[in-house]
Amino acid sequence: MIRKTVNNVQEALEGIQDGMTFMLGGFGLSGIPENSITELVNKNVKDITCISNNAGVDDFGLGLLLKKNQIKKMISSYVGENAEFERQMLSGELDVELTPQGTLAAKCQAAQQGFPAIFTPAGYGTEVAEGKEVREFDGKMYVLEEAYKADFAFIKAWKGDEAGNLIFKGTARNFNPCMCGAAKVTVVEVEELVKPGELDPNQIHIPGIFVQRIFQGKDYEKRIEQRTVRQKK
Amino acid sequence: MALDKNGIAQRIAKEVKDGYYVNLGIGIPTLVANFVNDDIEVEFQSENGILGMGPFPFEGEEDPDLINAGKQTITALPGASFFDSATSFGMIRGKHVDLTILGAMEVAENGDIANWKIPGKMVKGMGGAMDLVASAENIIVAMMHTNRAGESKLLKRCSLPLTGVGCVTKIVTNLAVLEVTEKGFKLLERAPGVSVEEIQAATEGILIMDGEIPEMKL
Repeated sequence: MIRKTVNNVQEALEGIQDGMTFMLGGFGLSGIPENSITELVNKNVKDITCISNNAGVDDFGLGLLLKKNQIKKMISSYVGENAEFERQMLSGELDVELTPQGTLAAKCQAAQQGFPAIFTPAGYGTEVAEGKEVREFDGKMYVLEEAYKADFAFIKAWKGDEAGNLIFKGTARNFNPCMCGAAKVTVVEVEELVKPGELDPNQIHIPGIFVQRIFQGKDYEKRIEQRTVRQKK
Repeated sequence: MALDKNGIAQRIAKEVKDGYYVNLGIGIPTLVANFVNDDIEVEFQSENGILGMGPFPFEGEEDPDLINAGKQTITALPGASFFDSATSFGMIRGKHVDLTILGAMEVAENGDIANWKIPGKMVKGMGGAMDLVASAENIIVAMMHTNRAGESKLLKRCSLPLTGVGCVTKIVTNLAVLEVTEKGFKLLERAPGVSVEEIQAATEGILIMDGEIPEMKL
């Protein structure tokens, strides 16, 4: 077994520098790497590019990095819940690259799996395809989208073992598996870090080969963005 | 009388057939699930990573690790599955999802759709909409026939930045059910009590009427 454990979030984030590109898992506020984001705020790393489906809300998730003007560029598919984000984007402080959600996932997965680029039909004929190569296959048009290049991927999993094998929970899985191994260094925080052998190999979602550093996370807030309920009859 | 949002959803629910996997967008499309007939087997997909999405949870049972594409807390029905975003859009791109229902700001008579951006005003992003409209073969748009200013949303050409080209197959509005054909919007049904003239007046694009247009049955 190859051990991937580090002692804490400080060790996990060793080597991060200003100007780097980070991938961050999560959809909305579900499955975001809360501990790593907090540490990025503490380290005050600047001029970063973030690849993440959303940009958090004003006071949580990536919104915490936006508030401190640490983000130079955001690559996302949907950024509608963040007033500070909108302000920075409209004022030109923040560079934003909006990308269709499936294309975003595919560009991460392409990086993970060694494809330099993929063809997707999403965005053909729209401003997303402007300046990109297009090609026809079987009578349908596709857009060439290149794999992302990132320095670190910050992942949140439910359970993991010391070998870096991961299991995700519910819809908190989202972009997290696609980003594992898609950056030079993949850092994973888990709610429950267990000994090798405690996870059933049949149930592993992501094998440890895609992970460089794993640590036991703490103090998860897991904020709910839209609390919707039904009444008991 | 023109339909309200629930009426539009109720009419669209009749398009959901036995054995369908269905992706519901945010807004009116979400309401469709409330009206689908109980005696058919249907699974709802939410593109953030669930098939077999159930109703909202009871109070106190909300799970932050279980949400839909609108970030609302949901439940998972027996037989449900979770998956990552690449797999989710793989099932969309690979045409495994049978029906996509989504909202729009504008639809053009050639099937173009715009629903993600108003330049200088609103830039929230396209989310999964571009992937959905580029791949799905069966796309129903749920929307009001006119905007708040009373202007038609069924146009000759979209004025807003496009989400996808030539992709919409059917439109259900508060006034009518229409099919997108090579010649324009074909009027299939009228909302109860709504006249053909009212629909014509609210439609900027070419409206094709073949014979008597029936009222919708809800």
